[in-house]
Amino acid sequence: MTELLSFEKSRPSAGSPRLPEAGVTAPQATEALDAGLLRAKAPSLPQLSEPEIMRHYSRLASMNYSISEQFYPLGSCTMKYNPVANEIAATMPGFAGLHPYQEEDTVQGALELMWRLERALCAVVGVERVTLQPAAGAHGEWTALRMISAYHHSRGDNRTEVLVPDSAHGTNPASAALSGFQVVEVKSGRDGRISLADLESKLSPRVAALMLTNPNTLGLFERQILDIAEMVHATGAMLYYDGANLNAFMGICRPGDMGFDAVHMNLHKTFTTPHGGGGPGAGPVGVKAELVPFLPTPTVERTNGHLTLDFKRPRSIGRVRSFYGNFGMLVRAYSYIVAMGGDGLTQASRDAVLSANYLRKQVEDDLEMPHEGPCMHEFVASAQNLAHEGVRALDIAKALLDRDFYAPTIYFPLVVPEAIMVEPTETESKATLDAFAAAIKDIVATAKSSPQDLHEAPKTLPVGRLDEVAAARRINAYLQGQSDDPVLRWKRAEK
Amino acid sequence: MLEAIGVRSMDDLLVDIPQSLRLDALELPAGLSEFETMSEIASLAARNRVFPDRLTFRGGGVYRRFIPAAVAAVTSKPEFYTAYTPYQPEASQGTLQAIFEFQTLIAELTGLDVANASLYDGATAVAEAAMMAHVQTGRTEVVVSGYLHPEYLEVLRAFCDGRGIKVRKGTEPGPKTAAVIFQQPDFLGLLVDARTLTEGAHAAGALAIACVDPISLAVLAPPGEYGADIAVGEGQQLGLSPSYGGPHVGFISCRKELVRRLPGRLVGTAYDAQGRRGFNLALAAREQHIRREKATSNICTNHSLCALAASVYMTYMGTKGLRQVAEVSFQRAHSLADRLAALPGWEPAFQERPFFNEFPMRVPKGPAVVRKLARKGILGPLEVNRWFRELKGVLTFTCTEVNDPKALDELVEALES
Repeated sequence: MTELLSFEKSRPSAGSPRLPEAGVTAPQATEALDAGLLRAKAPSLPQLSEPEIMRHYSRLASMNYSISEQFYPLGSCTMKYNPVANEIAATMPGFAGLHPYQEEDTVQGALELMWRLERALCAVVGVERVTLQPAAGAHGEWTALRMISAYHHSRGDNRTEVLVPDSAHGTNPASAALSGFQVVEVKSGRDGRISLADLESKLSPRVAALMLTNPNTLGLFERQILDIAEMVHATGAMLYYDGANLNAFMGICRPGDMGFDAVHMNLHKTFTTPHGGGGPGAGPVGVKAELVPFLPTPTVERTNGHLTLDFKRPRSIGRVRSFYGNFGMLVRAYSYIVAMGGDGLTQASRDAVLSANYLRKQVEDDLEMPHEGPCMHEFVASAQNLAHEGVRALDIAKALLDRDFYAPTIYFPLVVPEAIMVEPTETESKATLDAFAAAIKDIVATAKSSPQDLHEAPKTLPVGRLDEVAAARRINAYLQGQSDDPVLRWKRAEK
Repeated sequence: MLEAIGVRSMDDLLVDIPQSLRLDALELPAGLSEFETMSEIASLAARNRVFPDRLTFRGGGVYRRFIPAAVAAVTSKPEFYTAYTPYQPEASQGTLQAIFEFQTLIAELTGLDVANASLYDGATAVAEAAMMAHVQTGRTEVVVSGYLHPEYLEVLRAFCDGRGIKVRKGTEPGPKTAAVIFQQPDFLGLLVDARTLTEGAHAAGALAIACVDPISLAVLAPPGEYGADIAVGEGQQLGLSPSYGGPHVGFISCRKELVRRLPGRLVGTAYDAQGRRGFNLALAAREQHIRREKATSNICTNHSLCALAASVYMTYMGTKGLRQVAEVSFQRAHSLADRLAALPGWEPAFQERPFFNEFPMRVPKGPAVVRKLARKGILGPLEVNRWFRELKGVLTFTCTEVNDPKALDELVEALES
């Protein structure tokens, strides 16, 4: 099944929607304004009737895998079920209809929600304050690094490097670079954990922070975290927590207690706000006392039950986005936390760890397990054992799609060749995990009997594997003026 | 399951966590049923005051507009809102094609070659564009001309601080200027001379970055027509509710010479072995998951679902519908401006300057005006003096297609009373 683009379906006879007339006596912009201010050529938007539009998007929807229909064991992405009540909460008129510049006395409920969410997140990660402003995890990372940078500067300390483990998410080094730091890589040891010897050799008075994910991207808890924190702090650097894997230990332990000074959280991972096909998310950042003065403005303050926005924060790094964050996502996350409670969040993490270890056990004879268990909420396997059949992690991923499963994260972390990173989450049943394990076994058997079948996967989806190399070549041709096909947008073919 | 794993208890799975770190319990209340949860959330919502759309005259970057029912009907499809970033293209063609359509719609509207899959908001879009200009030109300052949204300016400063880029307010670019940034219409709603600003930037070897209102582009000259290099903006007006400021959607488009500097995701066409057309992430080598510290931006999660809402909105409106929405807003704003100027002591703050559908008035007692209107159930104008010292007593009013003629009467009557 394929679906033409809205632009290709467009037909002038579809008419336009009925919209209000002005109903006032005033000239139109096209009459009143100087020609130089006006558009010469009208934009070419599609013209379709409402039934055609609805059918178009319904057909597109049917071409997606999603957590509502498929198991989505995407490592590091925490694809858990998104409770539908949270959607109702966020779309309540009392929230959705609020203008961000309403007077504070008219938005007390919204501010109270933000204040309570902040307190709840502080309790979960063990920090003093949280800013809800960052729009996504990477945005939170960068926000935290701006605060760390401001902290060092305030002490007259000009630190220029940020340490990032080789197993880290790509956003870590990118955020550090965007914040003006030089990125220095720290190696993982053979047990999959950060090498303390290598860390020692890279620490210096130049280092502003170490960015660490715990459990790391291999799903392993950094057992020596307390030693790491001590080493980092001894040099005057700060310890930054990448919250991508927070789902592993809510209610079990807290980054703040481990010695992390700044902590970002992905509300769209741990706190079930939906991923939306790539966002919007929300990436709040929690900080210990010494970083509080540098939090973005405004903060939400509560005095005698009255809530205000505090813009007077002289040492703040300023603003990291407009208004107060992705408020609609904050409502969803708060609704989740209220429903789950402290007991429910703890159970969620325990179940996530149980699911991951169970699934790991079910497939440990089929794929290579480069590191010893137990794992936390996810595990990383390797498809290297199928190398002499010519089968790669990519083939396994595509074969899973044919078996109605979304694929795990592949080729990440970079430290494991042919990596397959599986995060089942707590919201999947044992039956689903068993079915997934059976699919892996079936694929591994196929790899040994008829590997060609796997190279041809997927066969059951709207398209087969797409030729990225050819696509890149076509883009180059366009950018170099050798082709009229823009590739990155639709363009009516010249007649 | 524990037995299948081969351990006796959950604690056996948590052995790597030092005992000293283990918590007894979270200091949070116990969980609630869905009914109780929703009651609690509803009681918070009830502590907010929601003004009717038609009686909302406040803008400043977030606007009340008619949102066709089709928008929520599409974005509430779980196949869209519960999908992840489309890393497996064969199982994500719906999301990918929708993004490709969004890119095309934004490119059409802004008159530029290529748009990306979305950014967080208008503010970060301005900042990302400045980063592009800095890398492209190798220069170390950006010049902000006129009344750029004050919060966009703050975000721009935060981004630029990190990269050691100077932000200067003014109109004259110099040899160190990477870009001239202006907003059209500006924060007060006034129209700027985008052509002259663009030519000035180019004459100094700098890029021109236009921060634009997408609805106005149905009528106003798009950045591509006056030669701007990068267009950015906030897409909230394209089918998204105000929602106390977010989530909304930032957009960015550019000339094709700058495509490799674009931040974030891009979707392009690609073909499978059978020659079927599909859609896939393109030029990924710019992005953080491949390039790490050398990436054009750190953005990963963007605002895909909001971009989908914007696409449905633009597709529903079509060229003519969007134009009508823009014209009706323009006409009503001008009608209101005339009536307000007739009030005793009221005058346009910038008499000679044209505006679109938001305009600044200088009034005798700003805060009193806003309070008085609130008592009558009207969300009155924005007091811009809060950000700009020189704009004492200046209020900006906004009109859109949701402020019907009777609502304008009610506003004027309330002010006269």
